[in-house]
Parts: sequence; structure tokens; C-alpha cells
Amino acid sequence: MAPEMNTMKNDPILKVEHLSMRFGGLMAINDFSFEAQRGEITALIGPNGAGKTTVFNCVTGFYKPTMGMISMTQKSGKTFLLERMADFEITKDARVARTFQNIRLFTGLTVLENLLVAQHNTLMRASGYTFLGLFGLPAYKKAEAESIELARHWLEKADLTDRADDPAGDLPYGAQRRLEIARAMCTEPEFLCLDEPAAGLNPRESLALNTLLTGIRRETGTSILLIEHDMSVVMEISDHVVVLEYGQKISDGTPDHVKNDPKVIAAYLGVEDEEVEEVIEEIEEIEEEGKH
Amino acid sequence: MEYFIQQLVNGLTLGSIYGLIAIGYTMVYGIIGMINFAHGDIFMLGGFAALIIFLVLTSVFVGLPTVLLLLLMMAAAMLTAALWNWTIEKVAYRPLRGSFRLAPLITAIGMSITLSNFVQVTQGPRNKPIPPLVSSVYNVFGISISLKQIVIVVLTTVLLTVFWYVVNKTALGRAQRATEQDRKMAALLGIDVDRTISITFIMGAGLAAVAGTMYLMYYGVVVFTDGFIPGVKAFTAAVLGGIGSLPGAVIGGLLIGLIESLWSAYFTIDYKDVATFSILAIVLIFKPSGIFGRPEVEKV
Amino acid sequence: MANITTTREGAGGTLTARALREGFYAGVVSLGLFFLFVGLETTQNIRNELVLNQRWGLLAVFVLVAAVGRFLTVAYIRPWFAARKAAAAARAGTARPEGFLKRNFVVLAVVALIVYPILAVAIFGVQGSLKWVDNFGIQILIYVMLAWGLNIVVGLAGLLDLGYVAFYAVGAYSYALLSQYFGFSFWLLLPLAGILAAFWGVILGFPVLRLKGDYLAIVTLAFGEIIRLVLINWTDVTKGTFGISGIPKASVFGIWSFDVGAPNNFAKVFELPMSSAYYKIFLFYLVLALALLTAYVTVRLRRMPVGRAWEALREDEIACRSLGINTVTTKLTAFATGAMFGGFAGSFFAVRQGFVSPESFVFLESAIILSIVVLGGMGSLVGIAVAAVLMIGGTELLREMQFLKQVFGADFTPELYRMLIFGLAMVIVMVWKPRGFVGSREPTAFLKERKTVSGSFTKEGHG
Repeated sequence: MAPEMNTMKNDPILKVEHLSMRFGGLMAINDFSFEAQRGEITALIGPNGAGKTTVFNCVTGFYKPTMGMISMTQKSGKTFLLERMADFEITKDARVARTFQNIRLFTGLTVLENLLVAQHNTLMRASGYTFLGLFGLPAYKKAEAESIELARHWLEKADLTDRADDPAGDLPYGAQRRLEIARAMCTEPEFLCLDEPAAGLNPRESLALNTLLTGIRRETGTSILLIEHDMSVVMEISDHVVVLEYGQKISDGTPDHVKNDPKVIAAYLGVEDEEVEEVIEEIEEIEEEGKH
Repeated sequence: MEYFIQQLVNGLTLGSIYGLIAIGYTMVYGIIGMINFAHGDIFMLGGFAALIIFLVLTSVFVGLPTVLLLLLMMAAAMLTAALWNWTIEKVAYRPLRGSFRLAPLITAIGMSITLSNFVQVTQGPRNKPIPPLVSSVYNVFGISISLKQIVIVVLTTVLLTVFWYVVNKTALGRAQRATEQDRKMAALLGIDVDRTISITFIMGAGLAAVAGTMYLMYYGVVVFTDGFIPGVKAFTAAVLGGIGSLPGAVIGGLLIGLIESLWSAYFTIDYKDVATFSILAIVLIFKPSGIFGRPEVEKV
Repeated sequence: MANITTTREGAGGTLTARALREGFYAGVVSLGLFFLFVGLETTQNIRNELVLNQRWGLLAVFVLVAAVGRFLTVAYIRPWFAARKAAAAARAGTARPEGFLKRNFVVLAVVALIVYPILAVAIFGVQGSLKWVDNFGIQILIYVMLAWGLNIVVGLAGLLDLGYVAFYAVGAYSYALLSQYFGFSFWLLLPLAGILAAFWGVILGFPVLRLKGDYLAIVTLAFGEIIRLVLINWTDVTKGTFGISGIPKASVFGIWSFDVGAPNNFAKVFELPMSSAYYKIFLFYLVLALALLTAYVTVRLRRMPVGRAWEALREDEIACRSLGINTVTTKLTAFATGAMFGGFAGSFFAVRQGFVSPESFVFLESAIILSIVVLGGMGSLVGIAVAAVLMIGGTELLREMQFLKQVFGADFTPELYRMLIFGLAMVIVMVWKPRGFVGSREPTAFLKERKTVSGSFTKEGHG
């Protein structure tokens, strides 16, 4: 068992136990367990191809794990077994939201519309599953105004208010990343999963992202699980780091603990920055071959 | 039992024709990812070309040997159909390559309407019957096999062998497969993508024209609407076999042919097309990638 | 003239030379294309044998037109277009304010449609208006309505449906059969036909909606054909290819009837001369109302969560699922809503014709409706209406061109060329404007100002 570094409290929002995922002959995840604490930012790191996104896809229901249990406990105490739920139910009922490594926005819809689509389920209920809303009932109008307010709130947080009426596909890369996070927040999640939110950002955009993420945690208390390569982001904002290599956990603890863990240094951090890139690329190639 | 085998033979013949057309669909789909809706009409055009050449030859050279006659019909049909398909690709599909996905589909449907109506306008709307070309029938263990069935099955086998060789063993086939996998990369590696795609259309049309000639010989009649139903069935065959897969297209064609003749023999002929389409729907619902298609993994 | 390198192109002389060469090639190719089909004609002689007619003069015309056309295109038309494009690019930046006509297009169009039958009667008389109201007005509006219905499925939700005509057929046969067997009235059966069609939409949609793109297209095509084949073969109920005739007419909400013998006959009540034109004018307003209802519901739904979910689905299905949207029910609602309008249109079709047969529900109809949606610009109601007017009205106009008989001889029938021209127009419009007439989309909500979204950002869906 990994040492539980954060002894202040033990109120896990997400518990992953003995998770395994097999693609044909490839064991992408092998008996992986970890916990994410409520209100914390948990980072999942590891060399490219270590299986981080696969863990994500299992947690958010896009993959059905070969084995293992993923349970999520809401603030209210209600527990959901995520591996048994369909992907959309995980967002709708368990209130887990996610973003994607290669941004998936509705490029032809405006920024605002992207945020309104995220409030689909709330608005559906308010519109009496469309039938009542069709007649323009005041209840729906009120709900719609509220949804625009919520969108406006997140647009401000993500510094996108000026671009609200532009097509999402027209935004620069960094803004698209922030929009995707804002869109996920519009589903009002208790648990937010971010897949490499800082990838491809320049330092200025990276800073804006950090502000957004810490703001989210501070103001909404949303727990965050993030996959990240950018060590500055990981070390700066996360409370708890889990390190994955070849589908297995090699370290688990506070950023300081992980930074000094010899296994992690050997696998990942000990190598010079330029070399990290090389190593990552090599591993990627091996992984790609493994998949085919 | 004999009745069953008889139906198998009939189904095999029909399936060979579908298979030949299906290859054109599957190759074009494989290489540029579009349903070439006009392909069925290229098949019909091939049948008409064969018909016209047949009339020319029989009126100019009386008593031409049937083998020579058939070969000349086939050659003329292949040339004409190939030229049509080449022109259509160049004029109607190439400008839309890489654009909006539905645009080429609509263009292809428009081309299909154009072609069948072009033939209707220029050749008239009536059925065009010809006297039987090959009429011998052999009796093998109580099963009657006509010479034309043998010709169709043998010719299909020969063509497929040649075709298989071209696609798998020649530089042209390599270029085709490379273009299919990654068009940009193929172009970077010095493959003339436009030319490769043109040749694919020409090859597909050639096979469809042979199918058209066989169809004319087998049924002894062709009409301008003949592109649609065989076209849809051949496309069904291509999907059934797994679109993009050449052996899949042939197997799919044979399956459709067999289903059709067995259904007509044992159930009701009225619902034979319903049976074909239902099987298509069922296969797609349970195995969307077809028999030989690689299952698509959803990338998140 | 054989070896002109590309580097020397552009100069006037070489351009002409290139045009000449391309014209020559075009001539050769068209000779190959048309040699058998135009040069020779297969006709039956008295003994019913096929014989060949030679038409070398006509072939020469075809080849010449191709060669000269190509020459002119390369030498003059293309440079002219290029110059115009460059000029337009130079002028860009100075945005013109939208004209009065453009801003009020929808209102003006609706007003024009409402006065259209009155104008037709005023100009051509009661009997003379028939053709304009029926052949043009009603005919076009049916297609507008069908295309608007299919637009929900293809244009908004991005699901490629090649069998839409099936729902049209369900609607038409629902009305025809239920009115014949049970004597129900049109006003009862109109909503019922829509509900039945929507029901079929769900039944057919449920198993196939997890298929993607072209697979979905081919399965919907198959379902469309299955429904038509069942209509043909289930003769006990549908009377097969003979079809169902004597379908009762609709009445004005049961108050006035259009049956000749009825005491409350519309013309009798108002002491007008007997004419079938009143019924047609009534039908015109009926289909106009139905089409406007389709448009209204579409516009409303787009601003509702379900409509936004449809468009989001077209853009990215996986992202939809990550936002808690049940994509299966969302797709089904799109399918069912589109089918419902198809059903309305179908029951209207049955009441207008007084006769239905499987002949009216062939794949070609699905193709025409789909092409109107795509030619108009997916998702754009105005674009689709314009496309329907051009494509259906344009080909319908051919019937009116009897003067062509004077040009091409008495046995020239312009109607024969209707579908040929329709097909060619489809190809030409698509090559010219791949995103249709109106490629941009109107956002459904805005914070500060409503900006149209350029077509280059919208996706066409993968379902």
C-alpha cells in the first residue's frame, strides 16, 4: 500500500480499486488503485503512454474497465459505482465532468452556446422535456436566464467574456482550453477531470490556466483530478500526486514526496528536461507499436 | 437437394455480378471515403454500351463467332464506362475532394440521376431486349447449368485473380493502398495521388462494365433504370463484406446473390429485396464493420 | 503547341494556346463519351427487333459544344472570374450594411406567399390560376416542408438519412387507409399521421442510431426501400402498385366541404361558380400553414435545450456525452421530430392527390429532398426554401416551355429533360457552392450581439 501522506483528513471523493484495463493483448492498466480527496487537486502523472488517459476514460465511463471498482462519493454521502454507469450518466447523475486531451469543442457553436449545451439536463427539466418550453412558459424563461447567468459567470472566470458570441472554433488555442474547462464547470460537477489542460500552452496562457484552476477549487470546492506533463503546473497547484508507469502505480503522495521518490526520479523526473522529451517520445513509439 | 444446388448455382451467378460491381464501390470508398452513388449507373452504362456494340457488330459482320463478339462487347463497354467514370471523377468529384463530407455524396446522387436520365433521353425509356447470345445448357447430376452461368463465374474468377494481383503485387496497387491509408503522406512520398484515384475509378468502372455486359448476356435485356437496384445491392454487398475490403466485396456479393435466389426459391419472390435489405440492416446493427471490416475503435 | 510549360502560362498568347489544347482534349473525350450513346440510337422496328439509328450530326453538335465550351471556359470565363474575385478581395473590408430587402426577407416572403393565390386568380382568372397554385405553389411548398423536416435530422443533428421518404409514405398511407377503412376526417388524421410517422421514426431509429455516417445512410436507405416494397407487396391492405384511390378531400375544419354534392359545398355557400380552383387554393393555404408550422417549431426547438443538443451532436458526439447528454434519446427525438413532419407532409400529399401508390415514394424522392437540404445549406431554413424554389420550380418551369417546340421540332418534349437537368443542376451547384446557398448559421443565444457563424466552423456530423 502506498503511504497516505495527507493525514489531515480522509474523505475520499473518488476511490479506484484494483483497476485493470486490457486492449487485446496489451495490459494498459494493471491493478491500479488510488484515492482522490474531496476538495483537493490530485494530479496523475507519468510518462506518455503510461495509461493515464485510459484511467481517465475508465473513470468517466468512456471505457469499461476489464476489472476493478471505481466509486465516487458525493458531498451528500451518496455513492456511485462509476464502472457500472454509462458515460453520460456519470456526468448527469454522479456529477463528474471531464475535458479532453485534444480539445473537443462544438466549433460551429458560439462560446456561449457551448456553455449552454453543458447545462442541457438542467434546462431539459426546466423546459418540461421540451413540451412545456415550446409554449414559452415563464418557468423555462427563468431557467434560461439563469443558465445564461451561470455561463456569464464562467466566461468571466475563464476571461472569455469578450469572445462570448464568437464561434468556439475561432478562439486561439489557450482560450479553447479554458473554454473547455468552463464548459465542464457549467455541468456543475463535484469532481472535475482534466486531461492535460496545460498541453501546448505558452507561459502566459499557462498562468491564466493556473488562476482558473485554483479559482475553481477555492470558490466551488470542486475536487479536481488532472493529468499533466507540465511539472510546473503539477508541483504548483496539486495537493496530491499519483505516478503511473506502464499501467502500474509507482508512487503516491504529496508533490514533495513524489519529487524525491527515487522510483519516480528514475522513471521520469531524474532525466534532464530535454531528455524527458526524448524519453517520452521513445515510450510513445513503443506504446504505439504495442497498440497495433 | 438438387433444387437447392440449382439455387446455389443461380445465386452464385447473380452474386458474381454483384461482386464485380461491389468492388468499384469498395475501392472508391476505401480510397476517397465517398459512396459513389453513380457507380450503379456506370454499370448500366456499360450494359448499354455492350448492347449498342452488339447491334453494330451483328449488323456489320454477320456470323461473327460468339466468343469474339462477347469479347468485343466487353472491351467496348469497359472503354466507355471507364472514360465516363474518369470524366465524372475529374469534373464532379475532384473539385470537392477534402471539402464538406456531404457535398460529394450529393454530387454523386446528382450524377446518378444525370446518367440514368441521359441514357433515357438518348436511348429511349423502353426495355432493350437482345436475342440470346449463349444458349447451351448442360445437365450435371440433374442440375441444369447454362453456359452463360459458367462464363460469368469463370470470367469473374479470372478477373478477380488479375485484380488481386494488381492490387497486391504491383507498384500501382501499392500506390493505391498507400493513398487509402494516408493521402497526404502518400503525396509526400511522391505518389501521384490524383492519378492513383483516377486509375481507381477507371478500374472500378471496367469491372462494373464487365458486370453490365454479363448482366445483358444473362438476362438478355437492359433498361435505363437498371443502375439503381443492382447498384444498391452491390453497395449492400460491399457494406456487408466490410467496406474498403476487396475480398469482402466479393464475398458480400456472393452472399447477396445466394440470399436472393434461396429466398426466392423457398419463400416468396415478392419479398426477396426486403430480405436482402433486412439482412443488411441486421448485419450492420450487430457487426457494423461488416464481415471483413476492421472494427472501429472509438477514439476519445 | 504541344509543349507549353506552366512557367510561361499567363501571357495572352499561351493562354489561348492552352485553351485551344484543352478544348481539343475536351472534344476528344466527349467524342469517346457520346460516340455510342448519342451517335447511335437503339430503337425497335416494326418486328419489335432492336435496330440502330445513326445520329452523327447530333454527335458532332455535342462534341463541338464540349470543345468550344471548354475553350471559352479556359480562355475567357475563368480569367474573368479570377479577375472578379481579385477585385472583390480588394474591396473587402468595406462591409455593406444589409439592405431593407435582406433584413426583412422572411416577412416579405411570407406576405408574398399569402397574396400569391390571390394574385394568381387576379391575373389568370379562377380556372387559369389552377396551374400556378397547384403545380408551382403547392408542389414547391410540399418540398419545402419535407426539406425542412429532413433538415432537423440532417442539418441540425447531422444524421445522414437517405430513407426519409419512408415517413412521407407512412403519413400518406396512414391517411389513405384510415380514412378509407374507418372514415376518419382529415383533421383527425393529420395529427395522427404525424404521430404514426414519428412512432415509425423511433422504431426504425432505435436499432440503427448507433451506426455512424455512411453506414447509417445505407441502413436508412434500406429501411426506406423495405417500406416501399412492403407497400407494393402487401396487396390485401395497400392494393399494391394499383395504389389507393378515391381518398376523401379535406374540408375547411368541417364547416365547408369541397365535395361537389355536399350541401355545404364551398362554392355553393358563397354562390361562386363551380371550380376545383377553390379547393386548390385552400390546399395551398393548408400546406403553407403546415410548412410555416414546421419552420416555427424548428426555430423554437433550436433555442431549446433539445435543439442545442442536436447541433452539439452534429459538432461532436463524444463531447456531448461528456456533458451528460443522452445521445441516444437526443438522436431519437431528432429522428422522430423529422419523421413527424414527414408524416404531416405525407397526409397532406394524400389529400391533395386523392390517390397514393408506392410509385410516389421511391428513393429518388429521398434523394431530391436530401439534395434540397444540402443545396440550401444545412440548417438554414431560408437557404432550403430558396433551393426548393429553384430546383422544383425550375424543373417545373420546363413543362411551361412549349415554345421550345418551335425551336427543336414538334416531337420535342421539354418534360423529358426535367430530371436530367435536375441532376446536372445538383452537380453544378454542389461544385460551385459545396456548403449550399447559405453556409453560415445563426446562433441560438447571444450575450452582446448576434453574429452569424461562418460555415467553415460548423461540422456536418458523423452520424
